[in-house]
Amino acid sequence: MSAAAPDQPMTAHVDPRVPADKKLFLWSVRRELWENRSLYIAPLAVAAVALVGFFISTFLGIWESQLRLDAEKPGTPFDLVAGLLMLTSIMVSVFYSQEALHSERRDRSILFWKSLPVSDATTVLSKASIPLVVVPLTAFAVTFATQWIMLLWSTLIVKASGQSAATLWSRLSFFQMSLLVFYHFATAHALWPMPVYSWILLVSGWARRAVLLWALLPVLVIGALEGIFYRTAHFPLFVFSRLMGDAPTIAHGSQSTFPLDPAKTHIAPGMFLTSPALWLGLIFSAVCLLLAIRLRRYRGPI
Amino acid sequence: MSVIEARGLRKTFGATVALDGIDLRVEEGRILGLIGPNGAGKTTALNAILGLTPYEGQLNVLARDPWAARHQLMCDVSFISDVAVLPRWIRVSQALDYFAGVHPRFDRAKAEAFLAKTTIRGKARVRELSKGMVTQLHLALIMAVDARLLVLDEPTLGLDILCRKQFYDSLLNDYFDRTRTIIVTTHQVEEVQYLLTDLMLIDRGRIVLTCTMDEIESRYTELSAHPDHLAAARVLKPMHERQMFDRRILLFDSVDRRQLAALGDVRTPSIADLFVAVMTSQTSGSERTRA
Repeated sequence: MSAAAPDQPMTAHVDPRVPADKKLFLWSVRRELWENRSLYIAPLAVAAVALVGFFISTFLGIWESQLRLDAEKPGTPFDLVAGLLMLTSIMVSVFYSQEALHSERRDRSILFWKSLPVSDATTVLSKASIPLVVVPLTAFAVTFATQWIMLLWSTLIVKASGQSAATLWSRLSFFQMSLLVFYHFATAHALWPMPVYSWILLVSGWARRAVLLWALLPVLVIGALEGIFYRTAHFPLFVFSRLMGDAPTIAHGSQSTFPLDPAKTHIAPGMFLTSPALWLGLIFSAVCLLLAIRLRRYRGPI
Repeated sequence: MSVIEARGLRKTFGATVALDGIDLRVEEGRILGLIGPNGAGKTTALNAILGLTPYEGQLNVLARDPWAARHQLMCDVSFISDVAVLPRWIRVSQALDYFAGVHPRFDRAKAEAFLAKTTIRGKARVRELSKGMVTQLHLALIMAVDARLLVLDEPTLGLDILCRKQFYDSLLNDYFDRTRTIIVTTHQVEEVQYLLTDLMLIDRGRIVLTCTMDEIESRYTELSAHPDHLAAARVLKPMHERQMFDRRILLFDSVDRRQLAALGDVRTPSIADLFVAVMTSQTSGSERTRA
């Protein structure tokens, strides 16, 4: 793999007929999207339901106070949608990861995939890129589109009630909010929970059945021991907070786990990127993925 | 140039010896039949050749170590097996796209031309196809790959006679061109026997017979002995004897065919008969040593 790097003298010996790793990787990701259509259908379905709910609620006047001129927090329904899609993305990633290296063994197609010139490393890394890149990006794109539709709809509602929509737009600072949501997805819902997803991926390549139960087992065992000896539950809570994206992405003073109000949120990418917890987590991820690559070499149909 | 070269190839699963140090050499342009009873080690041998399982001993496939370089090897090796099934969710068009995307030696037009002769539609998913159609699809994909070695492990298992015949006909007529090498394992020996150039019988992890099909013709003779000459025929030490209606059928190794012709009707044995003869003489031989 590394032999493909242009600065290495090894390049001359690389077989020119072997396709570039990047191309194989992109085709492998596309393959995942073909197999797992829920990756984009789930967020779209949630967004559709949320939109319908929002339309109905505006008719019923539920959000009216929020949309009025003097609204304290014009963003509430917008945050709700973003939060819903974050939860959706977590569920989609968990269920994707537990199937990722398991379904190909269960339906015996692993030998078919192995009969193609795609390495185990490319395969495992393309599968890891789903919870790391594809799901957060999709969820963000859907959030962005949904919030846009909601904003346009709100504008119509406000105008219809004879008020100026300019205040709504200026108060909501839509683009700032979108940037914040993007930042939040990239940090709290991609990098931060990656060790959890990598762990589930590894277990999905190892377990013969009941992947989620096996993945959960060490958490439960350590949690039980901790509970018996110390009467605390730090470890299970720690894993859960990792998964839910409770990351230090926002400067102290703000208690929120995802950006509620752009004007009052002070993002802290520096603090996040230098946090040892992030890097320890990423090292743990890398170890899990390396083991998963090694394991896949030996794996056949179950 | 030899396509496959193995020396002392050995594989154990716990206490079970699947491959007991076999030596193997397959030259370019050969069609080798690897025949043996269940659990003989055929699939293990193929898995080692395909880089799907680690092994002891030396193994080179197209000058590569298969276990260390499986994905590079797969540029030049194709594989159809009863167990390497196409995923049920994939669409025919997606399978074509994917092959075209990842396989440097895939000729999409060729695969599409082959599929056009079938009733398989591009939009169909594998789960909607019959077992025969899935095999046709797999064959279409594989035949469009300009591979140097094709490995077939029970490729026609569970197919009806028509599909099996079609499979081997297309393989021989549209694919094989004397520069490619094919290894096939199957229990339906009769169906491949006119296809093969080489035969290898394998039992309990060991190669018990390896020869070319021409050698079989010159070396082995099957005699349907005339009842009057049965005793005379038995003096020539047949390797196997069986009853067929009212005649005794005797199988001889390296006995002059003209000499045998005087004792009854002679012909070249089928692979199936040779297989049975070699396997039973193996078993009785080992029982004798045990006793």
